[in-house]
Amino acid sequence: MNVVVCVKQIPDPAAPSSLDPTTHTLDRSGKLILDDSDAYGVEMALQLAGNVEGSEVTLVSMAPGGETSGLRTALAMGAAKAILVSDEALAGSDALSTAKVLAAAIRRAEPDLVIAATESTDGYTGTLPVQVAELLGLPSVTFAKAISTDGTTVKVERQTEAGYDEVESPLPVLVTVTAGVVEPRYPSFKGIMAAKSKPVDNLTLADLGVDPSGVGATGARQEITDVSEAESRSAGEIVVDEGDGAQRIVAFLEQIKVI
Amino acid sequence: MPIDKVWVLAEAGENGPTPITLELLTEARSVASVVEAVAFGPDTASMAAALGEYGATRVHDVGDLQGALPGVPVASAIAALVQAGSGPDAVLIPATYDGRDVAGRLSAKLDRPVLTNVTGLVADGGLSSQHPVFGGSHIVTARFTGEGPGIFVIRAKSFAAEPSGGAPAEVVAAPAPDAGPSNAARIVARHEEERTGPKLDEAAVVVSGGRGLGAAENYALIEQLANLLHGAAGASRAIVDAGWVPYSHQVGQTGKTVKPTVYLACGISGATQHLVGMKGSKNIVAVNKDADAPIFSVADLGIVGDVHKVLPALIEALKARG
Repeated sequence: MNVVVCVKQIPDPAAPSSLDPTTHTLDRSGKLILDDSDAYGVEMALQLAGNVEGSEVTLVSMAPGGETSGLRTALAMGAAKAILVSDEALAGSDALSTAKVLAAAIRRAEPDLVIAATESTDGYTGTLPVQVAELLGLPSVTFAKAISTDGTTVKVERQTEAGYDEVESPLPVLVTVTAGVVEPRYPSFKGIMAAKSKPVDNLTLADLGVDPSGVGATGARQEITDVSEAESRSAGEIVVDEGDGAQRIVAFLEQIKVI
Repeated sequence: MPIDKVWVLAEAGENGPTPITLELLTEARSVASVVEAVAFGPDTASMAAALGEYGATRVHDVGDLQGALPGVPVASAIAALVQAGSGPDAVLIPATYDGRDVAGRLSAKLDRPVLTNVTGLVADGGLSSQHPVFGGSHIVTARFTGEGPGIFVIRAKSFAAEPSGGAPAEVVAAPAPDAGPSNAARIVARHEEERTGPKLDEAAVVVSGGRGLGAAENYALIEQLANLLHGAAGASRAIVDAGWVPYSHQVGQTGKTVKPTVYLACGISGATQHLVGMKGSKNIVAVNKDADAPIFSVADLGIVGDVHKVLPALIEALKARG
């Protein structure tokens, strides 16, 4: 079973984020790390691959400048290899363009199962995995909180507004996982050392046969016209608890007539 | 591109269309002259009166999905109408589990991008959308360029629902064309989680817990408090990621948007991801031991203190009131 995991390498969320003042796109010029949201997908892929004999986990990512630091983290967790798409023409791509590029790269890995996070931590448009599935002609099951597979069918518990649905699909299929679905392993020292020599296939748009004019800033069909400060809430009363914290909350709830 | 016709993806709830469906129909009326709905399910005809009352003149009925997930068949039905030349200028889609599936599928089928996390729409000759970024401190305004309908995925509670008093909508069949293997996933069983109090996104009181609770078992304090206040229990992403509580409790950018009368944030630092989902609350009370926690910047009442002391005391005080 070929399991492909879409991973995103993002600026450290702990560092303050900013928009480029001229292009209004997210500034991604700093060091990139593996998106925390994707660690769950990598872990899930490794566990599922471990249950079906002859399986292998391949990572697919798109990042500027041949960035691999986030990929190495996922390789150290146990993925076998990675496909990385880097091309200057990709800067400023909207989610659909990104989906087209990732779909082209994923197709090369001949996947039986594609796993992605429900959404990334930095962009959170949350539509990309389903766009990828549509472009690949695959069924998709989103918001999975549990997945199992025997190598021919996948069974998923899918989050719903009221609870969850049990969903079944034949392979090949794309599944998105919610955070917390599994506990991501920490890479071992051995894993970190092994990751250094695992193959990373560096591809350009030309390698994938994707027309550069249809992607990136030139191919984007949405634009940001304005960025402004939102109205902020007026400051409230902040007090240090001197043993009267609970009473203060009760008084506040009485004042607003909640109790 | 002038906006004339807008479609709203209508979702069925326990009693007719969901609240967000009615919110989107209301907003659609103020940006377009023709408002129509797209609905799916075994009995969409029963929603025609309610959809009409909120402004839809017509319902495109995809029909019963026979166990398929909505994304593929609903998007296929919409795409077929667009390709036949009878589509809208914009489609407004609720930011729900199924809504986002429909948006992603439709986007790839029509080769049009999607604008997501929308909290406002502006009719400015065309149609622009507003998006909170950086935890809601800034608002980005965006629009589509090029030909084809705009696909907007809109967060709950972005607009207030108001009836227009319209007549029941005309129901028109819009069957989904065969989508082949991409439509192979099937729902084989449905499970409803037991819920004692109100729904998280409809409750007048929301009590949420975060990492400051220290351990998963302490979430019981949050549930107890929510119960005493006849409210719902929420959570920060941090403790959902840690596996303490299910994803359905998550409030924030990647979870539910709530706008209760009062929001009690307990042991939540107030990461931007969380603030986006609760900043619109009428009143905010925060308890956190770190005086510099960003949650205090939005709190009407902030208690700098230990949740392990304040919450049990609060529970006792509320119990004593009966």
